[in-house]
Amino acid sequence: MNDVLLAAAGITLLTVGAGLARVLSGAREVDGLMAVQLLGTGGIAALLLAASATGVAGVENVALGLALLASFASVAFVNASRTQRGSDRGENR
Amino acid sequence: MTLFEALDFALAAIVLGLAARTISARRVFGAVVAYVAYGLLLAIIWVRLYAPDVALTEAAIGSGVTGVLLISASTRLGPLAAPDAPPGAALKAGAAALSALVAGILATAVLYLPDPAPSLAPEADAHLAETGLGNAVTAVLIAYRSFDTMLEKVVLVLAVAGVWSVAPDRFWGGAPAPLGPAAPDTALVFLARILAPIGAVIGVQMFWVGADEPGGAFQGGAILAAMWMIVMMARLTEPPRISSGWLRLALIAGPGVFLLAGLAGPVMAGSFFAFPPGFAKPVILFIEAFMVLSIAVSLPLLVAGPPNREAGR
Amino acid sequence: MSVVLDLFTVLAVGLGVFFFLAGTVALLRFPDSLSRLHGLTKADNLGLGLVVLGLIPRASSPLAALKLIVLWALVQLGSATVAQMIGSALRRREEIE
Repeated sequence: MNDVLLAAAGITLLTVGAGLARVLSGAREVDGLMAVQLLGTGGIAALLLAASATGVAGVENVALGLALLASFASVAFVNASRTQRGSDRGENR
Repeated sequence: MTLFEALDFALAAIVLGLAARTISARRVFGAVVAYVAYGLLLAIIWVRLYAPDVALTEAAIGSGVTGVLLISASTRLGPLAAPDAPPGAALKAGAAALSALVAGILATAVLYLPDPAPSLAPEADAHLAETGLGNAVTAVLIAYRSFDTMLEKVVLVLAVAGVWSVAPDRFWGGAPAPLGPAAPDTALVFLARILAPIGAVIGVQMFWVGADEPGGAFQGGAILAAMWMIVMMARLTEPPRISSGWLRLALIAGPGVFLLAGLAGPVMAGSFFAFPPGFAKPVILFIEAFMVLSIAVSLPLLVAGPPNREAGR
Repeated sequence: MSVVLDLFTVLAVGLGVFFFLAGTVALLRFPDSLSRLHGLTKADNLGLGLVVLGLIPRASSPLAALKLIVLWALVQLGSATVAQMIGSALRRREEIE
């Protein structure tokens, strides 16, 4: 059972890692951002699977922290590009 | 090759690819996105190496806060002119050679470690009971080498002071620019209203639990910082004026309380930075609480940057 | 009983991994950014949700199971916001540079 879960964790990681090909291939920046978001969620899933399979303490906490921080980083990226455009138009007062 | 080994190779290969992409990306935004992905994968690798505390810190600081810092800096620099001449081939070759040399030395050092590698981990574990803590990482940070950790917090304060000093004289005492556009996305405002309180509770819990499980002051503080930054990005609150008293007090509270506790060491327990036996854990948690406050305040200030308006506006 | 639970776990986790696969395929193969975003959100939502569902029977206590569900809800919140923000930016035809 544990082996199945670990294999699932590995497959998930490799799958969303393949999505990083978008980031690596230099397509539009927003695609890279979406790939990172998918990587974050896939990473959380893999961590939860590994936590359940191996019983190592604290891995679920890492997943929880990652959940909060990955969203924060993605949101901040989209927000930063909007703020840039706003300040170019003199909106930021 | 076992499944684990194959996975390790794949992870290492992807990480190296992302690092190459970070260096070779033509635009800053793409490079920072690749860097954040690199940080996330590194966090997973740390978990693979059975280091959940480091994984949390890597995800929080290395990829989360640093990524946002880099992207904010790049949007601010956007309108500025690029340097006249890009670095020449000789300079690039020199930098590449130096980096390769350092990486090679590190790799050689790690590969030539005796087997089993020398480690203080058993010693650290053996004396854990005296500190009253259950998490060896927290014990190392706050008990065994507490002076180093205090100095790290001082470095954080110095960094904030350095960022502030970049502002022109006439702006000193004012507030940094808002973190978000004038009309923020309603989705972001919704997120700030719902996620920030929950995230704050989780951040405090992460710090509290750090005494016995993976977690701790730095991780909890980073999560609190992220939540405050989300609220500022949604324009529900603005970055405070840098002259504000409570802000400066919160900044120095961490290293300040730490230093006071250390100075009280000779009185309480017989030597500088010693904790009274049997009473160590409450003192440690007390110090850590103020450290969480300082970290939660300094990180958003680093991202917000120097003041860009006069005090009183 | 535990055989049934194990089967449930394997099925749910397997489906979740499949959705992650589908999300990656969408990211790599769909023609434009908005449809890629659509695929991404489905993977986020269902992939993690099914994995969490599959892991709930294995949780060590009801509190641990609740923690898993809360984690999934938080990811939902965050990724829905990101999707909305990216979507509206794309729709306004802004280039996210």
